[in-house]
Amino acid sequence: MSVDQETVRRIARLARLSLSEADVAPLQGELNAILKFVEALESVNVDGIEPMTSVMPMKLRLRADEVNDGENVAAVTINAPQSEDGFFLVPKVVE
Amino acid sequence: MAKLDLNNLTLAGARDALRAKDFTALELTEAHLEAMEQARALNAFIVETPDQARAMAKAADARLAKGEAGPLEGIPLGIKDLYCTQGVATTAGSHILEGFVPQYESTVSSQLWRDGAVMLGKLNLDEFAMGSSNETSHFGPVTSPWRRQGSNVALVPGGSSGGSAAAVAARLCLGATATDTGGSIRQPAAFTGTVGIKPTYGRCSRWGIVAFASSLDQAGPIARDVRDTAILLRSMAGFDPKDSTSVDRPVPDYEAALGHSIKGKTIGIPKEYRVDGMSPDIEALWQQGIAWLRAAGAKIVDITLPHTAHALPAYYIVAPAEASSNLARYDGVRYGLREQGRDIIDMYEKTRAAGFGKEVRRRIMIGTYVLSAGYYDAYYLRAQKIRTLIKRDFEQAFAAGVDAILTPATPTAAFGIGEKGAADPIEMYLNDVFTVTVNMAGLPGLVVPAGISAEGLPLGLQLIGRPFEEETLFTLAQVIEDAAPKVTLPEAWWG
Repeated sequence: MSVDQETVRRIARLARLSLSEADVAPLQGELNAILKFVEALESVNVDGIEPMTSVMPMKLRLRADEVNDGENVAAVTINAPQSEDGFFLVPKVVE
Repeated sequence: MAKLDLNNLTLAGARDALRAKDFTALELTEAHLEAMEQARALNAFIVETPDQARAMAKAADARLAKGEAGPLEGIPLGIKDLYCTQGVATTAGSHILEGFVPQYESTVSSQLWRDGAVMLGKLNLDEFAMGSSNETSHFGPVTSPWRRQGSNVALVPGGSSGGSAAAVAARLCLGATATDTGGSIRQPAAFTGTVGIKPTYGRCSRWGIVAFASSLDQAGPIARDVRDTAILLRSMAGFDPKDSTSVDRPVPDYEAALGHSIKGKTIGIPKEYRVDGMSPDIEALWQQGIAWLRAAGAKIVDITLPHTAHALPAYYIVAPAEASSNLARYDGVRYGLREQGRDIIDMYEKTRAAGFGKEVRRRIMIGTYVLSAGYYDAYYLRAQKIRTLIKRDFEQAFAAGVDAILTPATPTAAFGIGEKGAADPIEMYLNDVFTVTVNMAGLPGLVVPAGISAEGLPLGLQLIGRPFEEETLFTLAQVIEDAAPKVTLPEAWWG
């Protein structure tokens, strides 16, 4: 399989990466090189093989459903590019 | 004692000398701070923390004086800048995290401080640990302390833990933390004549380490010999309720595994690791490693791991898929860079385009593509099935009585900065052909220096073990280290 330029633009949009027109063709070439590299996997017989979900056999642990953290708004927002009164500020979303 | 001596000690040697009061932790730290400053040309550190180092060293001296020394008391270490360190900038080698100062400490680094270690600074790496040469860092490439015989060409230290490996080989620290998703501990160790171990998946907590591909990422140490690596792993390993894949089992005293007899151990030699393009030096090294283990009483058997060739392509589906998901969090809202946009989507897109480097963008794109509607089954699901087959290969070898597997660490010795991958990303990816299988199967893998190439560069061998049998790897690696010609680290040409 290979990607065309329209697909490159669509994937960039899905990945929330702005792309200049000059970026499209080189990126298309690189993605197709990688897709060609992984093409060999198509020949592997995977009939009846379970996909891996956990590399070490383990049961995910559950913990008690209780509050064990919090009350640290300042620490949570201190790295934000823009924040005010314990809120993250973003461009207007709702008109 | 002369300063040079303090920099050339092993971690174990420094630990014992500190307890014997031969010198103070502060003296040891000062010697390493000076070496770090003089080695800025290598670009191994992104952030230097001399004030913190001195304060930690003084506290270590106080504990040493009271006889309350921890296992790493007063030992100066470098921390890969993928580990969040409280109050100290953490970048993951990326522009998008510039200015981020974590308000918490990663579990693994906190265990090092618990045991008395001293932090010198944060070590350079490939951006988000995506790379095999440390050339994708936003803060510039790391230069290896090694050079080819009679050449001044700047070489890569490997990656992604290139700063860690370079700093250890250049004697800027006694050991360093690193992480390994496809070979990022073991390949730089091989390129710099140092020892590195990627432990079993789940052995070290991932909490507080910037995520790349969560089902593959593992923390581990790089140090100058097998014993030092064993000492560091003991402090780094352990159960952490904050990491849901952390495994709750006791941490052995890895150092105590050194010196055990390997008589009767069965070592598997997988024929699939004899690949095209492997240098004759590496082939000879492999045969030499086999001979050393046999001479020490191990039984050598040929084995087959038939799905080996599929590991690297499957990795380049699984790892980017997980990365594209993990890196969705960098959106210009909660931390790091923000570029202004005409609306929120435009702000996300501009921030991410400006903040991520070329290799990271490429992997996010591939990951997004293989997870997108209509392609998920053909790529991602198939890759996860192949991962099951890769793991099964190893399980069958272990079930047949193999205790550990010996392979080369890399197809070649270190290459020059700018030499690889510029036109074709796959050329760079092929560096990980021997290491990536181990991450896909979650197994422990250790790289130990075993020889020198025709050009005078270090070469490493890899030992792969059964899950949670890191002790066996340390025992075997020590045998190779003892048998191999002693690594002479390069003299300081850098400052």
